[in-house]
Amino acid sequence: MKLRTLLVCCALLFAGTAMAKEAAPMAADVEIEKRMVAISDELRCLVCQNESLSGSHAELAQDLRREIRKMIAEGKTDKEILDFMVARYGDFVRYRPPLKPTTWLLWGGPFVLLAGGLAALIAFLRRRATEIAAPELSEEEHRRAAALLDQSNS
Amino acid sequence: MKRFLIPLAVFFVLLVFLGIGLTLNPRDVPSPLKDKPAPSFTLPQLEQVDKTFSPADMKGKVWLLNVWASWCVSCRQEHPLLVSFSKEGKVPIVGLSYKEVRGDSEIDAGKLSPDDELNLTRRRSNAWLAARGNPYSVVALDLDGRVGIDYGVYGVPETYVIDKAGLIRMKHTGPITPESLKTQILPLVAELSK
Repeated sequence: MKLRTLLVCCALLFAGTAMAKEAAPMAADVEIEKRMVAISDELRCLVCQNESLSGSHAELAQDLRREIRKMIAEGKTDKEILDFMVARYGDFVRYRPPLKPTTWLLWGGPFVLLAGGLAALIAFLRRRATEIAAPELSEEEHRRAAALLDQSNS
Repeated sequence: MKRFLIPLAVFFVLLVFLGIGLTLNPRDVPSPLKDKPAPSFTLPQLEQVDKTFSPADMKGKVWLLNVWASWCVSCRQEHPLLVSFSKEGKVPIVGLSYKEVRGDSEIDAGKLSPDDELNLTRRRSNAWLAARGNPYSVVALDLDGRVGIDYGVYGVPETYVIDKAGLIRMKHTGPITPESLKTQILPLVAELSK
């Protein structure tokens, strides 16, 4: 039992150093780090696809963040850095892919669905309005209805 | 009757779309490198300590670039197929050893000197190939994964088919299966070799 606690402590200790290693450059240059985070927030980590590059602990994400830091230090613009990533991993790495024929459906799809839904709703409401229109009652029916109402009131 | 038919039809259309979705592999991201020149690099070779490998060395040949590492579990699964396929001699397979030491979470590579890392990479790769067979005509050593980034590697194993002009014609992500070899890679290699 004691050994296990010791092992856990060791693991925690090493986890700390591992994180410190990754975070070390932060103190070195706050500006670079800020830009790096801004850029990597826009990028998807390909290893764990629902995480952004800035938030991922995957090894590849660490490598790519290192690469971004290097490019910032070299004076590359944000666009050049994004282009670098897209050239290697495709539009899929960007959370906001550019508008072009292959992404028309992606950008326009939700609006098409919305328009379709609205059209269906309007059609449905119109049809219902005509169905609900009060039917004309004949003399006979009026009398019956009045009789029924009287009955329930008494 | 009609009011039931329409929702039913919508339901079936949805079912078909969801069914198609199930057959797609979300990990298989189309590579923007297709039909682009294979990024150039010069890396140390595994076989001959004083020699390097560069994609330019393969100019005029159709070849496969297979990205692997001894710590990669799927590579283990893929390896026997590569070994038996390489014996047919249809196409040279070049190995790209990807972060052999750094990629292994059990080793703290930060403590190693560059020379130590290179030597350890050689030792581990050679041991692995000696034990499981060597399908590669040559293996290039990408210690820090920088070349991997240029090739858009995001999950080993990955395999690239490169044509005589040095263009990437196909990228296969994940382990090669007998089926993908037969239906995708081999027909393409045959076509490119003409």
